[in-house]
Amino acid sequence: MSELTLTVMRLGFLAVLWLFVIVAVQVIRSDLFGTRVTQRGSRREAPRQQAAARQTPPPQRQQSAGGRGRRGAPTKLVVSEGTLTGTTVALQGQTITLGRAHDSTIVLDDDYASSRHARIYPDRDGQWIVEDLGSTNGTYLDRTRLTTPTPIPLGAPIRIGKTVIELRK
Amino acid sequence: MSSTSNTSTHHTSTIGAIGAPSRRNTELALLVFAVAIPVFAYANVGLAINDEVPSGLLAYGLGLGLIAGVGHLVVRKFAAYADPLLLPLATLLNGLGLVVIWRLDQSERLQQLAERQYGVFSPSAPNQLMYSAVGLALFVAVLVFLKDHRILQRYTYISMVVAIVLLLLPLVPGVGADVFGAKIWINVAGFSIQPGEFAKIIIAIFFSGYLMVKRDALALASRRFMGLYLPRGRDLGPIITIWAVSLLILIFENDLGTSLLFFGMFVIMLYVATERTSWIVIGLLMSAAGAVGVASFASHVQARVDAWLDPFGCYKTSGACEQIGQSIMSFGSGGVMGTGLGQGNSDLIGFAANSDFIFSTFGEELGLAGVMAILLMYGLIIERGIRTALAARDPFGKLFAVGLSGAFALQIFVVAGGVMGLIPLTGMTMPFLAAGGSSVIANWALVGILIRISDTARRPAPTPASNPDAEMTQVVRP
Repeated sequence: MSELTLTVMRLGFLAVLWLFVIVAVQVIRSDLFGTRVTQRGSRREAPRQQAAARQTPPPQRQQSAGGRGRRGAPTKLVVSEGTLTGTTVALQGQTITLGRAHDSTIVLDDDYASSRHARIYPDRDGQWIVEDLGSTNGTYLDRTRLTTPTPIPLGAPIRIGKTVIELRK
Repeated sequence: MSSTSNTSTHHTSTIGAIGAPSRRNTELALLVFAVAIPVFAYANVGLAINDEVPSGLLAYGLGLGLIAGVGHLVVRKFAAYADPLLLPLATLLNGLGLVVIWRLDQSERLQQLAERQYGVFSPSAPNQLMYSAVGLALFVAVLVFLKDHRILQRYTYISMVVAIVLLLLPLVPGVGADVFGAKIWINVAGFSIQPGEFAKIIIAIFFSGYLMVKRDALALASRRFMGLYLPRGRDLGPIITIWAVSLLILIFENDLGTSLLFFGMFVIMLYVATERTSWIVIGLLMSAAGAVGVASFASHVQARVDAWLDPFGCYKTSGACEQIGQSIMSFGSGGVMGTGLGQGNSDLIGFAANSDFIFSTFGEELGLAGVMAILLMYGLIIERGIRTALAARDPFGKLFAVGLSGAFALQIFVVAGGVMGLIPLTGMTMPFLAAGGSSVIANWALVGILIRISDTARRPAPTPASNPDAEMTQVVRP
């Protein structure tokens, strides 16, 4: 067998071996699952949010007549107190449900929260509204207990049990 | 999970379990890859040594393919949510080991050496393929019969007794066999078995069952001293017992590897169970004291330490340690890219070239690049084991997975470190690569158990029944 063939086979074999390792590592990367707890500390998060926003332009266009395009509109919801402190959720025009129910957008691990406690949604103008869903212990915006759907000012604390969330730019 | 939440996870980052895919097709694709690589290597060896594609290529490829295929089907049927990487990695390592064992069978030097010593040369590769098949059978048996790893928890103390019996069997006259100074073999019905390899798995059951119950006592009752939490005197009992047992193994069986493996495994599991760094410090101090103490009066251990400190020095005097010198030279002559499969001279190691020293052949013929790839594959197996432990929901499973992967990691460190001259040679075998039935069979069983635990850990939890109380608080609005 010629020297050249053997050299090619030798290098080719090493390449294949490493390819396997790389593929295996890729499988691990795509295999991360379980609780997706993300974004502790918002500094690193900001570019990714922007990238995510850029990737989904069509829904934004629709929204842009309303809140999404307005200056000073909130872009994310941040949990600032409670067991989920540091969690952020990007606001992209979808309804966010809060509660202990496992299918809530934000699953609250809080004895004082009802299973479907409150929801946060944009109205037709893109203004974000918080609405109490008949919870037992109530939802508080600043210090007042909510009785009707109420617009959320930027940075105002919404308190549910021990959890406080606010909307931020 | 309802459809609304699925759409919301699409856009946002939520807290909550995301439905885990079973990933069996990924595993299948990787398995095809993992069978193709050794077949390529096999052809490469044939072309390099005999200038032709070896005639056994088809049979070998089919054999390995059959092992992989059966393994995959059984995992698909009995452990559908298991980790997708463990089986392909084990298959690939086993296949590469088979190729290199076959390559060393072709070496005329080794054939002549065997004829001079035993009068007859018998190739090891067919045996190894058979052992791999037996190992896979055990793997299948583990997956079929062990429905839930927590059953093993019931046998905590029985497994302690079984493990100790297995460890002591080589010392029993008539059963034990003294092979080249180390008494780690037993002869049963014409087969030589290394019971230590199986004891490794069984004692992990005992350690995890025991530590699961006792970990609070071992973790909480402690005093703080110089930044370390020191355990109470009486809590040192277990670690001292294990230490004494491993020293006894070292003294009476002349087996450095096994004793290091058991003590190291206990320290790792103790650390994981209690989260106290002090156990690691204590363990390292105890093993250092034990090793130095034994090395100062046991001649067998002393010789190994000497060969480690001066691998080339003993060429002048006795030549008894030439294996290590040859091994280091193999790694050196391999360089970065290696000499190519079938084109090295690692068969100069002579005795045990295809078992304890098989890693030197990889070092010479695949070079640093290949050795790193193989160590990474081992690393991935260990990583998947630890990941399984993290994902496992029950403390027993967590400790068990950590213990098994820790033992696997220690074994690789001890063997690779030994043949590279980093630590004294210990006489253990590289899992899956080295020729030797007990090792391959036991490690297939180990991977089987890890796959079982990972299946339990990754299986999505059944959706909880909807709580009638919860419905009361729900207000439906248009």
